[in-house]
Amino acid sequence: MFNAIIKRGLATEAKAVAPRLKTFKIYRWSPDRPAEKPRLQEYQVDLNQCGPMVLDALIKIKNEQDATLTFRRSCREGICGSCAMNIGGRNTLACLCRIDQNENKQTKIYPLPHMYIVRDLVPDLTHFYKQYKSIQPYLQRSEVPADGKENLQSIADRKKLDGLYECILCACCSTSCPSYWWNQEQYLGPAVLMQAYRWLVDSRDEAAGIRKQMLQNSMSLYRCHTIMNCTRTCPKGLNPGRAIAEIKKALAVD
Amino acid sequence: MAKRLSGLQKEVIHLYRQCVRTAHKKPIENRPHFITYIRTEFGKFKGLSRKDFSTIEHLLRVGNRRLEMYATPELKDIH
Repeated sequence: MFNAIIKRGLATEAKAVAPRLKTFKIYRWSPDRPAEKPRLQEYQVDLNQCGPMVLDALIKIKNEQDATLTFRRSCREGICGSCAMNIGGRNTLACLCRIDQNENKQTKIYPLPHMYIVRDLVPDLTHFYKQYKSIQPYLQRSEVPADGKENLQSIADRKKLDGLYECILCACCSTSCPSYWWNQEQYLGPAVLMQAYRWLVDSRDEAAGIRKQMLQNSMSLYRCHTIMNCTRTCPKGLNPGRAIAEIKKALAVD
Repeated sequence: MAKRLSGLQKEVIHLYRQCVRTAHKKPIENRPHFITYIRTEFGKFKGLSRKDFSTIEHLLRVGNRRLEMYATPELKDIH
């Protein structure tokens, strides 16, 4: 009887699992050697030892294989929008994109398309943020509420903001838009226009007239040709295409 | 007659001149610091082929961004 207990108590050896190596091809470019051309570097990751998302694989590569690999990441749950990149030809957040479990296929990872690159997978979003600033993304009112606390809003008015306020400004949609690729300087791009619409429909905001006037030119808004890449690529499942269409409707009756 | 410069070469010279002009807005005792800094930064890429457009364009962007930063009047000296 003793023997049986001792036997049961002993740990059994874990079965050796064959590693499932998957190849990741990652865009590399360093500003320290600007004359060198960008290249794709291959990394092998064992999927048995790795989390389910592409971001897990990237962090694993950075930890174990190549500490020089550079990318932005923060929340690892799709709420900060830092890890936006082009994975397998699609703009998405690395933390929300599952690794394709087929080991025979390679996964290619590029930075967001048509942006200036700071290093490896880090794009320069300065201009994107400048554009966001240009639409004045804040509440504009002439007087403060009577009780000095909150600007009240009806439930129906609040509903209008659903599907707009969730945007995390990851720039996936803007950088997937061909129109934005060609006219980045003047065209605002879907992400920024959706925020412009978010402030246009806000019942508490009083600057709708000025906001509309800012968009009333051939470049800022009307470079949108309803290509709808933005809606297709949005990792949060929002619809910037619809928001732009709504702005166009509002401007048409002006 | 001097050789005609390409558009990109003109842009580089324009950036250089802008840098030097900005340096002359700084306090007179610190000006040499700025000038030597500008000269070493431009000198680093002296060997670059003039046909290496993408690299030169990248360096121009970096240079312009840095110039914008150093041009702020609060910044008085560099080492």
